[in-house]
Amino acid sequence: MMTTIMPEAILMAAEKMSAGGKHPLTAMFGRDETANGVGYVIYCFFEIPENKTVDGFKVVFNSNGSLEYDSITHIIPAAAWYEREIKDMFGLVPKGHPDLRPLVLHETFPEDFFPLRKNVKVNAKVRGERQFKVRTAKGEGLFEVPVGPIHAGIIEPGHFRFSQAGEAMLQLDAKLFYTHRGIEKTVEGKTPYEALPIVERICGACSVSNTWSFCQAVEKAVSVKVTRRAEIIRTLLMELERITNHVGDIGNIPAGVGFNPAISLGGRLKEKLMRLNESVAGNRFLRGMIIPGGVSMDITPELCELIHQVMDEVADGVEDMSTMFHEQENFQNRIQTTGIVRSQTAIDLAMVGVGARASGYSHDSRCDFSYGVYDELDFKPYTKTMGDVAARLLVRIGELSASFEMVDKLIELLNDCGEQELSVAMEYIEGSGWGISESARGSNFQYVALDGDGRIDRLFVRSASYANWPALPIAVQGDIIPDFPLINKSFELCYACIDR
Amino acid sequence: MFKVLERIFKDKLATEKISLAGSDRYRGPIEGSADGDVLKACAAVCPVKAFAVSGEDYTIDYKKCIFCGRCVEACANKVINESGLQHKHEDALPVLLESGQEVLQDVLKEKLGRSLHVRHLDAGSCNACDFEMGAMSNPVYDLHRYGVHFVASPRHADMLMVTGVVTRNLEQALKMSYEALPEPKLVMACGACAAGGETYGDTYAVVGAADKVVPVDLYVPGCPPRPTAMIMGLLAAADMLKEKMK
Ligand code: SF4
Repeated sequence: MMTTIMPEAILMAAEKMSAGGKHPLTAMFGRDETANGVGYVIYCFFEIPENKTVDGFKVVFNSNGSLEYDSITHIIPAAAWYEREIKDMFGLVPKGHPDLRPLVLHETFPEDFFPLRKNVKVNAKVRGERQFKVRTAKGEGLFEVPVGPIHAGIIEPGHFRFSQAGEAMLQLDAKLFYTHRGIEKTVEGKTPYEALPIVERICGACSVSNTWSFCQAVEKAVSVKVTRRAEIIRTLLMELERITNHVGDIGNIPAGVGFNPAISLGGRLKEKLMRLNESVAGNRFLRGMIIPGGVSMDITPELCELIHQVMDEVADGVEDMSTMFHEQENFQNRIQTTGIVRSQTAIDLAMVGVGARASGYSHDSRCDFSYGVYDELDFKPYTKTMGDVAARLLVRIGELSASFEMVDKLIELLNDCGEQELSVAMEYIEGSGWGISESARGSNFQYVALDGDGRIDRLFVRSASYANWPALPIAVQGDIIPDFPLINKSFELCYACIDR
Repeated sequence: MFKVLERIFKDKLATEKISLAGSDRYRGPIEGSADGDVLKACAAVCPVKAFAVSGEDYTIDYKKCIFCGRCVEACANKVINESGLQHKHEDALPVLLESGQEVLQDVLKEKLGRSLHVRHLDAGSCNACDFEMGAMSNPVYDLHRYGVHFVASPRHADMLMVTGVVTRNLEQALKMSYEALPEPKLVMACGACAAGGETYGDTYAVVGAADKVVPVDLYVPGCPPRPTAMIMGLLAAADMLKEKMK
């Protein structure tokens, strides 16, 4: 049971929970519990790695009391975005927050529109106006470079405003959340099974991870345990997704400098993996495999054979790519000492995934939590300390070798485990739970609360990119603007899953 | 440097002929038949209301369908030992607006003298379509061989290729990009979100399918469409453009 506190106590509670930064902030989100006579609530979750769990507290705002609270951003910088989002979605105001601009809702929404409040209809087509000022630096000789939301390449939409001192980027402000689709609202009132196709489509690249976090949360909420065979298959799918993404990324980072042989080799390898995914799941994004209660299809011995074969080819290609990177001095020149995130910054921002590990911050949900069959895979997080583009590239390459080994072991485990039910029947009852899984980008956290009819009352999705985006403007400072695409690609931040 | 050369010689040509066939589990368009009440059960589970039944017949709106397989599953749960509905293991074909007709496979037969410049616009996608668009340029699909190029600005483009359901936050960007396109212009709605707009239901943050905001000439079904299906659509678009230029 989470402790419940009043808004006045939030600073103290947060300070105590975070234990001087030892327990990073996992997520902070609002919920409308006015129907139960409680009021608006803010949930704060912190990671407790020593217990392999998350813990936290609820801040309850009485229905007729004030909707303000003391911002915790100045003691926990990672809270900055969460507090802004809660303000947009529920109208709870963090006093003393350094940046109270909207986050999710852009100019066409009225000021007093709080979509996640229960009295707002899911399809409320309210129009109005609000201000959304982009930040710029002022000074003699400084100029601005606006980019986006529609970019020159095939990428997702976001607006970047660079304040330039000549070629050097002095400041970057990013306006994001363009692809906000209202996913957390649209799943309300649906059963987890009905919501599943939507959850799978929060983000294309992290379908497995998002779905797995969701299913973990739902299974916790209704106290169901899935079979071992299902756990192994889920873990295997997750590693396939990681390999697909990491290979895609190491083939994409060279695109930031026009290193063509590496781009096309990366493209070929990724295509092999996408086709493998299709053979396994019936589509190239591994959708439809993980369902609440288990998995929908088996991974047959023939498929295991195919997986082995593709892994060998890809591993060989990755090794060659790594040699190519190494041999190419001008490439090394561009990626080393570019886009640095210091270790302390990574900790302060509670960064996750490759971004954190490349800055020497060892954070990997596969070790920090206990789920799937990772406990049996004897695995350590792979870290680098430089925090630059090169480090993020090397972490991916290092993790790929680890994942290839894991896939081998997982197939062995699958063979040893024998026939078992693929999924257990789910009965949806009232309850709540959280789920976490390590995607290629980092940990994806979800919280699900089911109402008395077993329908979703609240889904909160915190993807890895949400935690890492705020690091990008810091990483680019002082670097030259032609390095921006390179730095950006090295984080491979996703828009769709932060925007939701 | 040596590794680069070594790989180039070793890998040879990766480019393949475009084929719409998929793997054994691939979930493409739906075929087969079933009784009316079974079909009703299939329609009931469809998350995007793409499955419509009248009597013993059914139609599927492939603009909306996300190829989730739930209708086939529901059918399999009801009919035992009979064939019922199945997925074909191939891509669904693009749909042209003017004729309402499916694009024939003929467009795959290589023709010369076609050229098409495309501007991509993510109007609110989950990025799966965008990744597949990127894949079209890999050496296996090598889109450039057909004379199709992606350009940096709508002002240089013949066609806007829209992915994703149009969100409130991007509605204006879509309108402005469309206006910036020189005449004659085409719009392709690529994938179930842009073409059908039902993927996430109707929410406060969503405007809907692309054709709610700009006129659309061509729909490519799929969630996401595979690169092969997208290429089919692009080649059909190149033909349409040729017609428009006459
Ligand atoms: S496969 Fe298409 S028609 Fe069938 S249930 Fe899924 S979305 Fe509906």
